[in-house]
Amino acid sequence: MTSLVEIRGVTKIYHRGRERIEVLHGIDLDIPRGDFVALMGPSGSGKTTLLNLIGGLDRPTGGSIVVEDRRIDQLSGGELAAWRASHVGFVFQFYNLLPALSAQRNVELPLLLTDLGASERRRRARIALSLVGLEDRARHKPRELSGGQEQRVAIARAIVSDPTLLVCDEPTGDLDRATAHEVLRLLQMLNRDHGKTVVMVTHDPKAAEYARRRVHLDKGTMSAEAVPA
Amino acid sequence: MRYLPLLWAGLFRKKTRTTLTLLSIVVAFALFGLLQAVEVAFESGADAADAKRLLTTARYSIIEPLPMAYQRRIEQVPGVVGVAFADWFGAKYQNESNAFPVFAVDPARYLDMYPEFTVAREHREAFVKTRTGALAGQRLVDRFGWKVGQKLPISSEIHPKTDGSMSWEFDLVGIIDADDPAVRGNTDMVLINVAYFDEARQSGRGKTGWYIVRIAESGQARAISAGIDALFMNSPDETKTQPEKEFALGFAKQIGDIGALVTRILIAVFFTILILTGNTMAQSIRERIPELAILKTLGFSDLKITALVLAEAVLLLVLGGGIGMGAAVAAMPGLNGATGGRFPPLFVGPDTWLLAAAIAGLVALCVGLPPALRARRLKIVDALSGH
Repeated sequence: MTSLVEIRGVTKIYHRGRERIEVLHGIDLDIPRGDFVALMGPSGSGKTTLLNLIGGLDRPTGGSIVVEDRRIDQLSGGELAAWRASHVGFVFQFYNLLPALSAQRNVELPLLLTDLGASERRRRARIALSLVGLEDRARHKPRELSGGQEQRVAIARAIVSDPTLLVCDEPTGDLDRATAHEVLRLLQMLNRDHGKTVVMVTHDPKAAEYARRRVHLDKGTMSAEAVPA
Repeated sequence: MRYLPLLWAGLFRKKTRTTLTLLSIVVAFALFGLLQAVEVAFESGADAADAKRLLTTARYSIIEPLPMAYQRRIEQVPGVVGVAFADWFGAKYQNESNAFPVFAVDPARYLDMYPEFTVAREHREAFVKTRTGALAGQRLVDRFGWKVGQKLPISSEIHPKTDGSMSWEFDLVGIIDADDPAVRGNTDMVLINVAYFDEARQSGRGKTGWYIVRIAESGQARAISAGIDALFMNSPDETKTQPEKEFALGFAKQIGDIGALVTRILIAVFFTILILTGNTMAQSIRERIPELAILKTLGFSDLKITALVLAEAVLLLVLGGGIGMGAAVAAMPGLNGATGGRFPPLFVGPDTWLLAAAIAGLVALCVGLPPALRARRLKIVDALSGH
C-alpha cells in the first residue's frame, strides 16, 4: 500500500504564558492508503495533538506532514481550510453537531462549501444518512437522537463529501459498549468497503481492536506499533 | 441563499432572546418611520417650495393686509413674470373642530402660480367663471364627504358679510389635488373667488393678505425681492419679500425645530438598540464558540466565518428594520384618518426607506463586527478543547 500520510520529525510546542510545553518530539509515521490506525496512549501522550496535525486543524512547530503528496504544514490558513473541506472527515467524542439544525442539515454542512445545488446536497446527505442507517431520522434535531445516533450522524457528515481520510478523536468515548460496537463496525465498514483511511485516537484497547494497526504514543514519542491478531 | 438556513438556525438558537431583540428593533424602526413621516410632513411646505416663487407680506406682520393695488406695481418690477394674491378667510365647517384654511384668490392667477396642483380642466373653468365658486382639496372632500356641485356653507372667524352675518355659502365647483404626496399636504384647503368675497365682505375691501410672485430666474430672487420692497418703502404698507422656501422654513420654525427634535429622539432610540443588539450578538457568538470551531473544522475559512457572523447581524437588522418600517407604513392610513386632515398627510417616502436601510446597515456593522472578528481569530484546537 502507498503512503497516504507521511509524517517526518514532527514536533509540537505549546506556550501557556511563560511555560513551554513540548507535546510531540520528532514523530515519524507513515499511514498507508486504506489503513485503519488506532493512536493509543495515556492522557497527555500527544495522541490528539498528532491527530489534529494529521487533520490539518493545527500546524506542527517542526518537521513535515505530507498527505497525498501535499505538504499540509506549509499551507496558508485559507488553503488548509479548503484542503480540510475536500480531503478530511472529522468525528469527535462529543459528536459536535450543530444543535439548531436537523440531522439532514448537519450532514449537508460540508457540502455548503461545494458548488452543488440544494437538491443535490439534499440527495447526497440522504445517501450518507442511509449509509449509517439513519435515513428515517433526517428531520430530527440532535437533542431528539440517542448518543449512538448522534455519532452516526456525525459520521455521515464526515463522509458526505467523500474525503480520503477520516480522523476520529475518541469516537466511542461517550458511548456504552453496545453502541460503541455499532459505531466501530461502521468505521470498519467505511474502511473495508469504501476504502476510507481511518485514523482513530482511543484509549480503549477494545476499541483499538477494530483497527488494522495500533500506534502507541507516550510522552510525545512513538513507543510501539502493533498489528492486531 | 445557501447559507440562509444556517444563519436562521444560528439566529433563532435562543428563540426568546432573539424574538425580544427583534421586537425592540421593530419598535425602533417603526418609531423611526413614524417620526420621519412627521418631519417630512412638517418640512413638506419647504420641500415643495418653488425657487422661482417669492412671497410678499406686510413688513412687520404677516397678518397685516396689503392693498390689492400693489399687484400691478409688482408686475412691473423687472424679472417678475406673474403675480397672484391670497387672503386668509379663517374658516370652520359645521363646528369649531372642523377648521381648515380658506384662501380668497383670483382663480386663474392663483392656479397658474402653482402648476404642482392638479385641477381638472372643467373644474378650473368653472372656478374661474363662478363668482361664488370654490375649489376644495381632495382630502377635505374625502373627510367631509362633499360632492362637486353642492353648496358649501362655511363660517368665517374674521370676515363678516355686509349684513353682519359670519355665515358664507359657496358653490363647490371642483377639487384640487397633487400627485406628489409631499405637495398633497398643501392642498388641504378651500379656495374661494376673491371677486365675490371682496364685494360681499363688510370691511377690508381692496386689501389682501399676501402676494405670490413668479420670477424668471431663481438666481435673481434676492435682487427682485429688494426691488419689490423698495417700491413700497416709507409707505403705510411696507412689504417684506422673500423666497417661498425661506418663508416656509421660517413658518415651520415658529412651531419648533421638528427636525432637531426628531433627530435627538432617534439618536437615543438607536443608541439603545445598538447596546441591546450588540449584547445579544456578543452573547450569542460567545455561546456558539464550539459550533463555530466545528464549522472551521469542516473547512469554513476565517473569512467565511466572519461573513457568516456579520450576515447574522445584517439578517437581524434587516428583519427587524423591514417589519418596523412596514408597521410604520401600515399605520399611516390610520394616523392620517385620525388627524382628520388637520395635519399634512403622513407618508413614508423612498428617502426614508433609504435612510432606514443605511441605519440598519450601520447598526449591523457596529454590532456584528466585534463578534465576527472574534470568531475569525478563533483557533480550532483551543475552541474544541474549551480554552
